[in-house]
Amino acid sequence: MSAGRPGSGRGDPAPSRLRPRDTLRVAASGLSARPLRAVLSALGIAVGVAAMVAVVGISASSREQVNQQLRELGTNLLTVAPGQSFTGEEVRLPPESVDMVDRIPAVTDVSAIGAVAGAAVYRNDEIDPGQTNALAVNAARIDLLDTVGGTVASGRWLDEALAEYPTVVLGATAAELLGISRTDGTVGVWLGGEWFTVVGVLDPVALAPELDSAALVGWPAATEILGFDGSPSTIYERSDEAAIEEVQALLPATVNPEHPEEVAVSRPSDALAAQAAADETLTTLLLALGGVALLVGGIGVANTMVIAVLERRTEIGLRRALGATRAHVRRQFLGESVLLAGLGGTGGAVLGGIVTAVFAATRDWPFALPLWVLAGAAAATVLVGALAGAYPAARAARMPPTAALSSV
Amino acid sequence: MSATTLAAEPAARPAPERRPVVELSGVHRRYPGTPPVRALDGVDLRIDSGELVGIVGPSGSGKSTLLNILGTLDRADEGLVRIDGLDVGKLGDGQLSALRARRIGFVFQQFFLTAGVTAVDNVADGLLYTGMPLGERRRRALDTLERVGLADRVHHRPNELSGGQRQRVAVARALVGAPSLLLADEPTGALDSASGAAVLKLLHELHDGGTTVVVITHDHDVAAELPRQVHIRDGRIASDEKAGGR
Ligand SMILES: Nc1ncnc2c1ncn2[C@@H]1O[C@H](COP(=O)(O)OP(=O)(O)OP(=O)(O)O)[C@@H](O)[C@H]1O
Ligand SMILES: [Mg+2]
Repeated sequence: MSAGRPGSGRGDPAPSRLRPRDTLRVAASGLSARPLRAVLSALGIAVGVAAMVAVVGISASSREQVNQQLRELGTNLLTVAPGQSFTGEEVRLPPESVDMVDRIPAVTDVSAIGAVAGAAVYRNDEIDPGQTNALAVNAARIDLLDTVGGTVASGRWLDEALAEYPTVVLGATAAELLGISRTDGTVGVWLGGEWFTVVGVLDPVALAPELDSAALVGWPAATEILGFDGSPSTIYERSDEAAIEEVQALLPATVNPEHPEEVAVSRPSDALAAQAAADETLTTLLLALGGVALLVGGIGVANTMVIAVLERRTEIGLRRALGATRAHVRRQFLGESVLLAGLGGTGGAVLGGIVTAVFAATRDWPFALPLWVLAGAAAATVLVGALAGAYPAARAARMPPTAALSSV
Repeated sequence: MSATTLAAEPAARPAPERRPVVELSGVHRRYPGTPPVRALDGVDLRIDSGELVGIVGPSGSGKSTLLNILGTLDRADEGLVRIDGLDVGKLGDGQLSALRARRIGFVFQQFFLTAGVTAVDNVADGLLYTGMPLGERRRRALDTLERVGLADRVHHRPNELSGGQRQRVAVARALVGAPSLLLADEPTGALDSASGAAVLKLLHELHDGGTTVVVITHDHDVAAELPRQVHIRDGRIASDEKAGGR
């Protein structure tokens, strides 16, 4: 009656057991038996993961590039500009406001530009003055370049002497639009009805992009030759990093004690950071697209696994005859599916990393690929593989061994 | 109960202690259909350890169905099935798998070797679900291949072996776990007569070594060589004869 009568049998057999290592081996054997199919169905996953890794990697590299730039440029630059009055009139900053800002104790540097009303700049004197361009003519203090952290691309920046004479330094865009590259003093531009000698061209100024499309003349020259009224249109100031908030609060009342609300204070580094953040919308969209590719890849894996289970009925029957439990069969096919997806995931992560590295290299960006992306990609592929394999594996496990063996 | 006909007890071999490896009584197996197919229709059978039994019958008589039930790949609809002393009807799927992993070896007509895998690894797979480490499985597989006369073919893949050699690899795989019961369904069915004879000779040798072997065949010449022949017809045992040895 009882299982294992003494003397009649050998008692209950020890349970079937498949070592974890053998589970892996058996799962891998299914893939290595059909390598081309494995590679092709892993490709879908690889594309999805590569897209996601590259998107995150490129956006991280871009952010790293901005951060690096901000570290170099500093985040302690504030700009002060006239805002709008309550009645909507244009307001002006008083000429002495630059000195007043300088008197704030925490302020270390201060400079300014002033828009020269009615002045425009042209390549020569034959261009119809009615034909306006987008280039601004600004009076610039000679400490401007240091304060905004700008650099000279060619020629030189204004000094005390040059600032008195009809000389001009062009922003990067302005020089390009005017078609000027020579800064040896032989080229002039027609500026406010006078010839001004071009002595320098600037590199793009990251923290003050408005200077890129400006022609900058010395403050005294602007006053004397162009009739500039000395009212600053933008004040640039730097302070101790720790005191920025305090300075920011003090600036409006310092510049315009009567109408502090008419003063606009901004922090250009915020704009740069915000620009990097704005890219995140696109990143999210691309990430979602990568997710869709991953999903499609997962469906491909599921399809491959369903076919594999149908094709390998005999193998399943044989394994059951050799003593595999349903769980062993299920684990084999689940493992195969996860390996298949993992193969795609690994390939995709490597591909995504390469794309990021190449993209960053071509733009002179630092290479940044957060570790969580790789961990996320690994987790995503395991999940996709497990989901894709769940149904085929369950089906394989349910297959009766006799049906599996007689189906040849 | 036992369908064993009383015949002269073979006295030639030193008789090991006899114990029943297979005990069937009143076993029915029907397949649905109109009318239902009575593949097994009240089978009583006892096979003792150390026996070599041929199950003989025409096509469709229920031989494979019987073998599937002996091998616990299939369950009886009715009746008692006891394999190696265990009441199969009371065992769950996991316990049946354990029984197959450790006590039962199968040989199939179509060999069912894994393509692209060497003979030794095919044989080692016979121990895969016992949880034995790979090195030990291979070591035993080598020993077993030697036993079936394939010591010089251990690293050949199935496509590099003759049909007879393939079937001997399959026999080694069934044998490597030292099963209480070796079941062979038409083991010579896919072989020419010379290869078939070699496989049969091997089964006889295993029998001489004490292994319990059940061979299904519809070939009466093959059956005539076996010490005991169970004839099956329409799902019933028609006769059960013991010859006086070879
Ligand atoms: N899965 C099944 N579903 C329905 N009927 C089946 C099934 N398997 C077997 N049968 C029927 O059961 C009967 C016995 O089949 P079985 O395979 O046991 O015969 P067999 O003696 O092995 O024949 P052969 O010598 O041709 O292999 C046959 O009539 C067969 O048609
Ligand atoms: Mg059959």
